[in-house]
Amino acid sequence: MRFGARWKRFRLRLRYWARHSERHRLLWKEMEFHIQSMADDLAASGMSEQEARAAARRKFGDMTRRSEETRATWIAQWISDAGLDLKHSFRGMRRDAGFTTFVILIAGLGIGASSTVFSVVNALLLRPLPFRDPARLVWIANQEWDTQVSQFLDLRSRNKSFSDMAGFAGIAEGGTQLTGSGEAERLTNAPVTQNFFRLLGVQPAMGRSFTAEECQGKFGSPSAVVLSYGFWQRRFASDPGVLGSKLTLNNKPVTVVGVLPASFDFASIFSPGTPVDLFVPWPLTDETNRHGNTMKAIGRLRPGATAQTAQSEFTLIAKQLDIEHPERNGVKPKLTPLQRHVNGRVSAALMVLVCAVGVVMLIVCANLSNLQLARLGTRQKEMAMRTALGAGRFRLLRQMLTECVTLSCCGAALGLILAVAGTRAIAHLNTFNIPLLASVRLDGVALGFTLLAAVLTGILFGLLPALQIRSFAVGEVLKDGSRGSTGKRHGWLRSALVVSEIAFACALLVSAGLLMRSFLRVLDVNPGFRPEGVAALRVDPSFRFSGLAQQNSYIDEVLRRIRALPGVRAAGMTEFLPLGGDRSWQVTGKGQVYPKDRHPEAYMRVVTDGYFEAAGIRLLAGRVFTERDRASSEPVVIVNETLARTLWPGQNALGQMVTQDGGRRVVGVVADVRHEALESAGGSEMYRPMRQTGDYSAMNLVVRTEIPPQQLAAGIRGALRPIDPNLPVREFQTLQALVDKAVSPRRFLVVLLAGFAGFALLLASVGTYAVISHSVNQRVQEIGIRMALGASATDVQGRVLLHTLGLALIGLALGMAVSRVLTGVLGSMLFDIRPGDPVTFIGIGALLIGVGALAGYIPARRASRIDPMAALRAS
Amino acid sequence: MGAEKPKADLLPGTLDMMVLKILTRGHLHGYAIAQLIQQLSDDLLRVEEGSLYPALARLELNGWIEGEWGQSASNRRARFYQLTSDGRKHLNAETARYRQVTGAVARIMGFA
Repeated sequence: MRFGARWKRFRLRLRYWARHSERHRLLWKEMEFHIQSMADDLAASGMSEQEARAAARRKFGDMTRRSEETRATWIAQWISDAGLDLKHSFRGMRRDAGFTTFVILIAGLGIGASSTVFSVVNALLLRPLPFRDPARLVWIANQEWDTQVSQFLDLRSRNKSFSDMAGFAGIAEGGTQLTGSGEAERLTNAPVTQNFFRLLGVQPAMGRSFTAEECQGKFGSPSAVVLSYGFWQRRFASDPGVLGSKLTLNNKPVTVVGVLPASFDFASIFSPGTPVDLFVPWPLTDETNRHGNTMKAIGRLRPGATAQTAQSEFTLIAKQLDIEHPERNGVKPKLTPLQRHVNGRVSAALMVLVCAVGVVMLIVCANLSNLQLARLGTRQKEMAMRTALGAGRFRLLRQMLTECVTLSCCGAALGLILAVAGTRAIAHLNTFNIPLLASVRLDGVALGFTLLAAVLTGILFGLLPALQIRSFAVGEVLKDGSRGSTGKRHGWLRSALVVSEIAFACALLVSAGLLMRSFLRVLDVNPGFRPEGVAALRVDPSFRFSGLAQQNSYIDEVLRRIRALPGVRAAGMTEFLPLGGDRSWQVTGKGQVYPKDRHPEAYMRVVTDGYFEAAGIRLLAGRVFTERDRASSEPVVIVNETLARTLWPGQNALGQMVTQDGGRRVVGVVADVRHEALESAGGSEMYRPMRQTGDYSAMNLVVRTEIPPQQLAAGIRGALRPIDPNLPVREFQTLQALVDKAVSPRRFLVVLLAGFAGFALLLASVGTYAVISHSVNQRVQEIGIRMALGASATDVQGRVLLHTLGLALIGLALGMAVSRVLTGVLGSMLFDIRPGDPVTFIGIGALLIGVGALAGYIPARRASRIDPMAALRAS
Repeated sequence: MGAEKPKADLLPGTLDMMVLKILTRGHLHGYAIAQLIQQLSDDLLRVEEGSLYPALARLELNGWIEGEWGQSASNRRARFYQLTSDGRKHLNAETARYRQVTGAVARIMGFA
């Protein structure tokens, strides 16, 4: 058909629809005219006027039907019907308040959970990173680690894949001291290359980024600084006057040249869990080159290049560089799209959450379907009556679906409230080291998802009951006076729904159980240190040490005063706290030669005497550091078990020499510490005494106490004030808090999943109860007869219970089989637990049987109390 | 949006076709159309009067006829219908189709 004709027709229809009540009136008039004319003719042929009118009406047929038919050719029909259905739905909802409340509550909880999980997934996986053209950004790692400055420069100049490369260096948490005006404070800065913001496409909200000159100075003393939006708001109350002013950072004046926009949250993307206050220039000079592998690099792909092509190019360049510059640290570039680098760690866990919430929604739908079926039983007469009055089957089906969708949309309204609360709570988990968590919010996409979820839920839980309408034989139902029920017909359907609910709940519970047990196992891991009752505080003085002598007298003074405090059992200092930060060195024993790429690496820790006792790190052989390990005494080192085994397999490590740092004698061997994560072994570690070196970036005081750490805080501050009155004493940190942060992603997953599993269990038990209870109600008569014929109350009770347990067992068997398959997927997230862990499976099985028995027991008791006489008389 | 098809009557489409054919005679209201169908078929075809109106609505929505209120012979207000040029084309197409179908049926039945 020609488009013009179609358009004309559509316009006509639209016009008819827009004025359909007027049209309707006119149509009626037209038909009246027809009948009148007919009557006139009949009257002319000799009939009385009254007879003629009646005959004409008979001949014309059903005017209402004709007008309906005519109207059906306009679009109006569909829409006015929908309005009518909606009116019906609300009337029904008012009539059945209990049912309505229950449905809205359950659908609301389900939809709320789905929207929240969707918002998290949207923020972490779906939404592009908040940079210009983020798909072209690539993360360039050196294996799993950082890259040396010289290697970075050569990679940048030689490659053809990237239009530019930028980077940032290690973020020193609390590494900068702000003194001068206002309270002294320790700030966290991120050193970035000059082009870093430009490469990402981030424009400062105020001021500018760094100039080339500012990026040429010494790393330790920057001349310019850019503030993060959060810090600017917090410290300067968003005062634009701060631009161009000088801050005293580490006792040197530094000019504020810019403030970054609120939309740029560096920490949530690159250092989750560690908010960054300032950005300083990261000079690409010989000086920073000597820092070793310190840079994290990002590249922006040229048009046409992909991460894969860039990877092969970089592998080649790296090989050349290794040959040309044997003096440098090796480089093995590993390229990943930035988005994947940021969310790769959490995407598997998120997929588990998505599946879990999907299963919860299925259980919700099964449960509501069941309720709706039960309700349909009691509403059968209403439906039959409507059919008798001329409602078509399709019309009834549509009405039922409208009802269900209306209900689930009301549920969605509740769900949205929950989702807003949920996303707010999640966005504020800022101590969790999960990237992008702060950007979790309910946005337009999430709203659309919620609406879709609501409609789909309504259709899903309404469809099954709606399709049952077919089974109404009008006459039978209307004849059957007393029983407003569908009898056995829906029995099997409802049982099937209950079985599937139990099966789904079982799969969810098993997954949650496995992850929960993994979580407990992780908490049970021996991390190599004992975090209980240990507090830590940064104590780098506000002044710069003139030499080792001044440094050592400071250390002596601090430790002496702290150890004198009541309640302190041990105190020491360390550069890095466990699970805190890291740097590594290549190490060799004296006289050992390793090929370049097989060189043993050890994490380097600089600590004082007392640290091992305070952190609870076990000494295995030799001695720990003492106050006598000073600049003037022999250079010594303590190694951990793994390093001892690596460098001197089968030999006694004590007394051996390591070549690094001018040669150091091993005086002790200590237990391994899990420094990176609780789940993975720590690797080689090497400890140097702080009194013999100035090569460390932080001084963390570690104190083991007998009293709660928080009570100690005031005492420690008081003890330190006389030594350095300007010492910024930020809040105390406990080692336990560090452990908690390290396990936070796992905790996040476990808590959410356990919540979903609990909800699923609740729904499944309520569903089971509802079905059993309903079947008892239906069989009152039958039970009455049985009892009259001599069945005891126990018999009846047993029968009902057996029925329930039968359903529970089938569901359980199905659920277990499904879980066994599904939990294989969890594999990478499990720790020290096999996917087929029998304890979990048996435990969950017992739990479900127990819940099933309880859900069956209540109706069973009711059944056993049926009075046979009353039951028989009632029918 | 396709053309509305009439619900089952004599032969699918015949009522619409006959209405269009009758309207080639000029402006007519619903009652007159029904009368004419009856008379012209020598009382053989009796349109159920009511079913005429859905048919008229359908034809009008398809743009084949146009309705207009006017005065009837008995001085009442009635709706008069008139064939459009689109309608005339449609009538010709339908007539040709109908001729083919009836011809085919007749050949099978051995009438021709």
